[in-house]
Amino acid sequence: MKLAYYPGCSLEGSARDYDHSVRQLCRDMGIWLVEIPDWNCCGASSAHMTDHEIGMRLPIRNLMLAQQVGLDILVPCAACFQRLKAADQALRADPGYWDVKDYSSPPAIVHISSLLARDDILARIREKVSAPLQDLTLACYYGCLSLRNPRVTGAADWETPTTLERIVGAVGAEPVSWSHRTECCSGSLTLTRPDIAVRLVGDIVRAARRAGAKAIVTDCPMCQANVESRQLDLGQTEPGLPVFFATELVVAAISGSYPAAQQKAHLIDPALLNRFFSQAAPAGEGPR
Amino acid sequence: MNSELIPTETGNQKFLQKLQVMGIDVHACFQCGRCSSGCPIGDFFDLQVMEVVRLASYGAEDILLQSKTIWLCAACETCATRCPNEIEIAGLMDVLRSLALKKRITPAEPRVPMLHRSFLDSVKHWGRTYEIGMLAGYKLRSGDLVGDMKLGLQMFTKGKLKLVPQGIKGKAEVRQIFSGKGKEYDR
Repeated sequence: MKLAYYPGCSLEGSARDYDHSVRQLCRDMGIWLVEIPDWNCCGASSAHMTDHEIGMRLPIRNLMLAQQVGLDILVPCAACFQRLKAADQALRADPGYWDVKDYSSPPAIVHISSLLARDDILARIREKVSAPLQDLTLACYYGCLSLRNPRVTGAADWETPTTLERIVGAVGAEPVSWSHRTECCSGSLTLTRPDIAVRLVGDIVRAARRAGAKAIVTDCPMCQANVESRQLDLGQTEPGLPVFFATELVVAAISGSYPAAQQKAHLIDPALLNRFFSQAAPAGEGPR
Repeated sequence: MNSELIPTETGNQKFLQKLQVMGIDVHACFQCGRCSSGCPIGDFFDLQVMEVVRLASYGAEDILLQSKTIWLCAACETCATRCPNEIEIAGLMDVLRSLALKKRITPAEPRVPMLHRSFLDSVKHWGRTYEIGMLAGYKLRSGDLVGDMKLGLQMFTKGKLKLVPQGIKGKAEVRQIFSGKGKEYDR
């Protein structure tokens, strides 16, 4: 399989490790990624929230570049995914309005989790797992933008999605049933109104704990950053819940290792993963 | 909640027409309250979401543009997703924010548009977001120099922030987008 790849700005900056895990996992799955040449920022929330034209034309430029690549587009970031879908919808409805002459072969826009949760990919993941995350209880957290608005994202189960549960289930982890899977973490307000972000993140983390989760897993780089960083302001008496990317866990389970560089990317210590991997086995036990 | 009567006949017709052209049918609202009850930020709003929709149907633009709500809305789309009449409520919030900026209404939550501006300046300049530049711009604009200092340092020492911005080749195209290409058709 060959896909065009739109990493987006987060994956070049604060979520660089997410980019590495996506690329590694696609290599493992035999999926070729062709990065869209000279892609630009999708505008994220800031563009569409303040200027409709800019909010549309930024992702439209990317869709035009992708059309030249001629492949469907893989998008790991939930916000980029939603903005590209919104622009795609506008172009399909009326390309002329946006000064686009030809939008006759629109690429499909695929969010990472819907790709990984395909039956054939899940089977391949199961086959390749070398260090299953046996009995690791995880709260699968979707947030907003890969799902809503379903009239834009095309998500089938926007209130009760299961893609993340199926993905982490394939590496042996145990997804918990919990309440806040699709609640907003207010990532877009985290810098301007940290008090709001602290409240929402606190609600999410407490809900995950109530359900017995030892960690949270997501597919959105804003959620990952916000739900980890704002936990530092919660004054929690117990250690915080690390927030993993689904791809990060799958790569670790396939490779059988969770390197120090990857651990360092977390603001909350992810040491609970060490017990699954040989290099962290207690002395004398030897590698599994 | 304000209990004063709002006369509908003084409603802003231009605003209502704009919503109509954009397919945001605020008149379809029957005040069921699903939008307000599901809103994750509602506790912090001065106008609840269902009030925003009703005020919009009155054309009560002035009240809306001065509200905190339009800036605190996180665009999570929960309201629009659950609206039984499929009213594009999140799209309505977008229209209100852009109108408030265009009309230079003093924002009730000034830091929020400052961040948007800093973010978009970065995109306009480089074609992509340059996190450190964006953050520095926001800090200078807002005067909030100490907030999240510890977090920033932690991210920095963990190597999570890219030190050198990476501009794209098509910077000129991106600047054209920001220069108001197509704005003559602004709705």
